[in-house]
Amino acid sequence: MFDWLKSPVVAVQDFYVLAGRALRNIVRRPHYADDVFLQMDIIGVGSLPIVVMMSFFSGAVMAMQMAKALSQYGAVGQTGQVVAITLVREMGPALTSLMVAGRNASGMASELGSMKVTEQIDAMRALGTDPIQKLVTPRLIATCAMLPLLTIIADFIGIFGGFVISYFVLSLAATQYWNSAWQALDYADMAQGLIKPFVFAFAIALVGCYYGLNTTGGTQGVGRATTQAMVVSSVLIFVLTFFITRIFVNL
Amino acid sequence: MPEELAQPVLRFERVTVAFDEHKALEDVSFEVEAGRSLVIFGAAGSGKTVLLKTALGLVRPESGRVYVFGRDITGLHEQELFRIRSSIGVLFQEGGLFDSLTIEENVAYPLANLDGFECSPQEMHRRAAEALRFVELEHTLEKFPSELSGGMRRRVGIARAVVTEPRLVLYDSPTAGLDPITAYTIIALILMERDLKNTTTLLMTHRYQDGHFLATSRFNRETGQIERSAQENGPEGARTGFLVLRDGRLVFEGTLPQLKASADPYLSKFVKRDD
Repeated sequence: MFDWLKSPVVAVQDFYVLAGRALRNIVRRPHYADDVFLQMDIIGVGSLPIVVMMSFFSGAVMAMQMAKALSQYGAVGQTGQVVAITLVREMGPALTSLMVAGRNASGMASELGSMKVTEQIDAMRALGTDPIQKLVTPRLIATCAMLPLLTIIADFIGIFGGFVISYFVLSLAATQYWNSAWQALDYADMAQGLIKPFVFAFAIALVGCYYGLNTTGGTQGVGRATTQAMVVSSVLIFVLTFFITRIFVNL
Repeated sequence: MPEELAQPVLRFERVTVAFDEHKALEDVSFEVEAGRSLVIFGAAGSGKTVLLKTALGLVRPESGRVYVFGRDITGLHEQELFRIRSSIGVLFQEGGLFDSLTIEENVAYPLANLDGFECSPQEMHRRAAEALRFVELEHTLEKFPSELSGGMRRRVGIARAVVTEPRLVLYDSPTAGLDPITAYTIIALILMERDLKNTTTLLMTHRYQDGHFLATSRFNRETGQIERSAQENGPEGARTGFLVLRDGRLVFEGTLPQLKASADPYLSKFVKRDD
């Protein structure tokens, strides 16, 4: 009667088992520091150009839209404040994480998926290496370390994008924009803006690796795993951001 | 029978492996003693690869027991399995080489990662080069797997399988998808490894001539030549067993002459197709 539930329940169980083993391996030997730094480079440095582009234009668009709405109340001077709060609390973490999900969750799924279908994962186990220790844990550590840093950069570039519009298009004074932006932010905003990418990093790395390691069906399966990893991690980012925001709003 | 041939290196005891509702192996029992060769025939999808992975502990059986070197591995933890796997060499069907590592790093991988091989970098290099010399690919040390042909990748896979000088070597369809000349080179290397090191050999294949070659040939250390015997029940034949898998079940267990003499329509078709 409930046979249709079996597959999703098993998938969730497998996901938690993978997550548990990946976390446990952080404190277990052997540690693959080289792989961690390599992944940090791929995820952090590799994502930097698209994160910078995305955040600059997001901030600029936000400033244009907000200035239009604020002008109805004669509060165009508060543009910096609105841009800063929106970016630091919500848009910075969410957009950066979506970029990294699109780029790296799918990348992890396709890389690990290809290794799975060409028996490299089995070979790894047969030759004395735990694939979770060697492949999943370094990606998890690297994503958790890099995503908050990328978010900080995205927040700043986004606010800078808003400044460019405010200064050159809206003719606001530079000090007015930066003061308004700086005054608007408090420690809770910063905490919220950094906790979110840290939590999203788990979703991105673990979902990407989960779909990669569970790839079946040859190259077609790799394509399927890649798409699923990106879709699921992106949706998870929105679901998680809702719950984290709910917690902070109630504080 | 000499004393060292008496101990089963690998034993399957009523092993069933299932994926969801599908039984990939069903009630499979056999054993192979030290120094013997076992050729497992089967068409695509008959369960050869699953059997190999079960022997390595990569796949856990739903029921039954698997004994490797006399130890039941069915309930062992992955870390304990690593110790057992350090005495097993394996060649996967696709070679299973790591794309991101050079050929030398691939071949030295088991020395660097398996338990019990505390090698210096120089020692690892020496042994990897030696294993690659055995498969006549010592000039590919710095290359990546993607730069090699399918047959060469398979030979590198053999070098990686034997670099630790394992007591048991498992070969999963080593000649699948190769031209006849390359296939002969591969099977000759397997024969040489078996006769030079006296390793226990498990060969999964769909090609009858691979098994026939192992059962009727020997590598002569003195002359450095492969010698073929006219008799199928000679000394090589006597130490080469044959199994036939069909849809996950063992449908034959015996020697080459028994296989050839079988009246079973499936076995006859199998044997005659390639003979």
